[in-house]
Amino acid sequence: MSEAVTAAGLAFLQLAVFLALAPGVNGLIKQIKALLQGRRGPPLLQPYFDIFKLLRKDSVVSDHASAVFRWAPAVYAAAFATAALLLPVLWIPAPLAGWGDALALVGLFALARFALALAGLDTGSAFGGMGSSREVAVAALAEPAILLALFAVAWRSGGTDLSGMSAWLQTHGAAALAPSQLLAAGALVIAVIAETGRVPADNPDTHLELTMIHEGMLLEYSGRPLGILMWASLLKQTVLFALLIALFFPFGLASSAAELPLALAVLVLKLGALGLMMSLVESSSAKLRILKVPELLGAASALALLALVAEVVVG
Amino acid sequence: MLPGPLPGLVLTWQIDGLSAFFALVILSISAVTGIYALGNGRHHASFPGSGGLYLLFVFAMLGVVVAGDAFTFLIAWETMSLVSFALVLTEHRREEVRRAAWVYLVMTHTATAFIVSAFLLLARGSGSLVFAEWTAHASASDAGIASVIFVLGLVGFGTKAGMIPLHIWLPQAHPVAPAHVSALMSGVMIKLGIYGLLRLSFDWLAPGPAWWGALILGLGAASAVLGVLYALMEHDLKRLLAYHSVENIGIILLGVGAAVMARALGLGAIVALALSAALFHVANHATFKALLFMGAGAIDSAVGTRDLERLGGLVRRMPFTALSFLVGSAAISALPPLNGFASEWLTFQSLLQLGRLADEPQTALLPLLAGGALALTGALAVACFVKAFGVSFLALPRSTQAAAAREVGALELIPMATLALLCIALGLAAVPVVTAIGSLVPAAMLPHDGPALGLAAPAGGRLVLPGIALALPTFGALALLLPRLLGPVRARVAETWACGIALQPVHEYTAMAFAKPIRLMFRDIVRPVRDIGVVHRSGTRFVASVHYRSHIAPIFERYVYEALTDRLVAMARVVRTLQNGSLQTYLAYLFAALLVALVLAR
Repeated sequence: MSEAVTAAGLAFLQLAVFLALAPGVNGLIKQIKALLQGRRGPPLLQPYFDIFKLLRKDSVVSDHASAVFRWAPAVYAAAFATAALLLPVLWIPAPLAGWGDALALVGLFALARFALALAGLDTGSAFGGMGSSREVAVAALAEPAILLALFAVAWRSGGTDLSGMSAWLQTHGAAALAPSQLLAAGALVIAVIAETGRVPADNPDTHLELTMIHEGMLLEYSGRPLGILMWASLLKQTVLFALLIALFFPFGLASSAAELPLALAVLVLKLGALGLMMSLVESSSAKLRILKVPELLGAASALALLALVAEVVVG
Repeated sequence: MLPGPLPGLVLTWQIDGLSAFFALVILSISAVTGIYALGNGRHHASFPGSGGLYLLFVFAMLGVVVAGDAFTFLIAWETMSLVSFALVLTEHRREEVRRAAWVYLVMTHTATAFIVSAFLLLARGSGSLVFAEWTAHASASDAGIASVIFVLGLVGFGTKAGMIPLHIWLPQAHPVAPAHVSALMSGVMIKLGIYGLLRLSFDWLAPGPAWWGALILGLGAASAVLGVLYALMEHDLKRLLAYHSVENIGIILLGVGAAVMARALGLGAIVALALSAALFHVANHATFKALLFMGAGAIDSAVGTRDLERLGGLVRRMPFTALSFLVGSAAISALPPLNGFASEWLTFQSLLQLGRLADEPQTALLPLLAGGALALTGALAVACFVKAFGVSFLALPRSTQAAAAREVGALELIPMATLALLCIALGLAAVPVVTAIGSLVPAAMLPHDGPALGLAAPAGGRLVLPGIALALPTFGALALLLPRLLGPVRARVAETWACGIALQPVHEYTAMAFAKPIRLMFRDIVRPVRDIGVVHRSGTRFVASVHYRSHIAPIFERYVYEALTDRLVAMARVVRTLQNGSLQTYLAYLFAALLVALVLAR
């Protein structure tokens, strides 16, 4: 019994860490982008202020909206909260490692997308429909790339267990540095850019109807539900970064309770490094036309395929 | 052995685990759709005896899976095909119905011809028509002949299953049949093609070369991806669902192909894993596809159309249908924690493990590529069901009929709710169900040293759907409740923002617009054709009306079937010169034939 309580406690600890760091990662990316563009950006803590303010505000709900619109934020948030607990980023195995693997993670992402895309259609607004339509189209191309990259990593470690993948990399260290893994990492980075709605696939800073994807689906949301959705999409971004960390850089994890603060600091550093990389990509590239996005994601799938071929043929 | 209905005709029956599994699927789904037919059937112009035909259809399907020899099998198979042909013809006064039924009849008989050829070759090898004899003689047959039998059987059974490129009858015949018939045909009957394929490749034939499995894998991947792509291009709800049957048959074939390939390579554990994936998906697809077809039938009878562009807003008018349809949509889109996700998870695992354990790089890469195709299929299925549910049930009604729709009766709602609950239950109880499926499969098929079947892949990777089903509502409730600690907020109701004007149904995204990004991304495959016409007011440059039509080119119909039928017609023309209708010519033929016969008999 006490073991179950400890396990639940650790699970909520990891979820709390993810929730606490998620807005900060975005604040950091905005800061670095502002720095690179030679302007003074919003404060590092601005995303926290935004979410806190939205969570206390009244909302306006469309009179055409149904229960789908009301429940979608909860499903969206729950899917990423569950996904966050499948990833071993503080200690191995992950809190819910026994309940789901890499495929479950992909399935949870699909569940969140399904809920939000329906909510986008629910109010009857053309902007919402546009956002939903584009979101599912882009994701349709990102998902094979993610899955093939996961297959390329799973091939090495033996199975689709995320904690097993991290553990394999930990024990083999530098020996794991194979060309195939670099190719898979490249594929996954591109897919993560698309899934987090960043330039060049989408623009997180725009509300211009012709270009937006993710923001289009949120357009009819306001007040507290918008706050929940915003926090949940920042959680999604952090979960995707954590996936990259777990698959390709699972070092500095805690093996006892005393090492937890250190592991936490290491996680913050890793997330910061990924944030730096994302802001460099965003600042140095222009947004692609929506019809050019398939080429980018096709390249990601091709990289993942090469990773698999390299893995199977070279071994 | 039972005495037959005619003197000298002996029908043999056999029931093993595989038969029992398929019989369970047939009987449980047909019981539910039968109740639905009592409620929904009154919307269709039925003919006297259609209820009896429905029962005969179920009985014939049952006969197929318990037949013990080729003769009994073919009698049941043909009864099933002909009775379903008659049921498709229920609304035979409409031209399109007659045409679709005709296509179905031709395809299903072509399939039977292939199956009979395979059976005759099998009977020649073993000297018997009894299936048990075929199993006993399986290893004695010649490898070349075995491959011929396999390909003939694959074409025959694949046509019934709706495998690409033999699928063309399916999107035509399923939409025109009454909803309870299409639910049964799409949910259950096409699975009997899978049953035949399993019997053929695991019972009647010895383990063959690896390319058998590779062929099934390739056809399965093509069916899955193309099926869902064509479904996305459809605006007729029942045609959309019919194309999804092609997709799901593809997913089942990925499991079957992995099993056949693993059997050829001697990888017993993968055979068990892949077979349980395929069989589990058979049961799952039967559940949610029957549910979705019944939902489409409910919409059809409440609104009077299945055209997505004329639906909308039904979630307020038909809330219970909407909820059932939503569960079915989530299940077919393979979303956790529902049943579709569990069987696709098993399929992914068997493809990955087959790829890992196969020795040759080329045999290893194919299952992994099929896994990529399955990922693409899953993501496109999510897109398609966001479209199907979102456009038909959400936002504003797009026609007056949709605005006036009323919820259907209890006889329709209870069957739908039953299957929706079954979708949830099969997902949560995936481990016991898969274990039961594993024990149902005849021991001859499974190696004895296989691992205990459960949702744990041989080399790591676990899936505990009840756990995920517990976590999701917990976190969802927390996400809604925790912000309440910050104090109460109000929700004001107002109009949707439509740039300052009142929102009209024409402002909504249409089904065609929704699928447009995907139509453009895959334009090389689906070949969209756009047709824009602008009409000016007479004598002016003012535009009076613009019409826009977009459809996709029917690649298979045009390049495969039309080419084939054109050849046949051309050959028929040549033969026609002999058949000129003149009595003298025919008498001359008779005389010549008599002469030849006399000369030969001399």
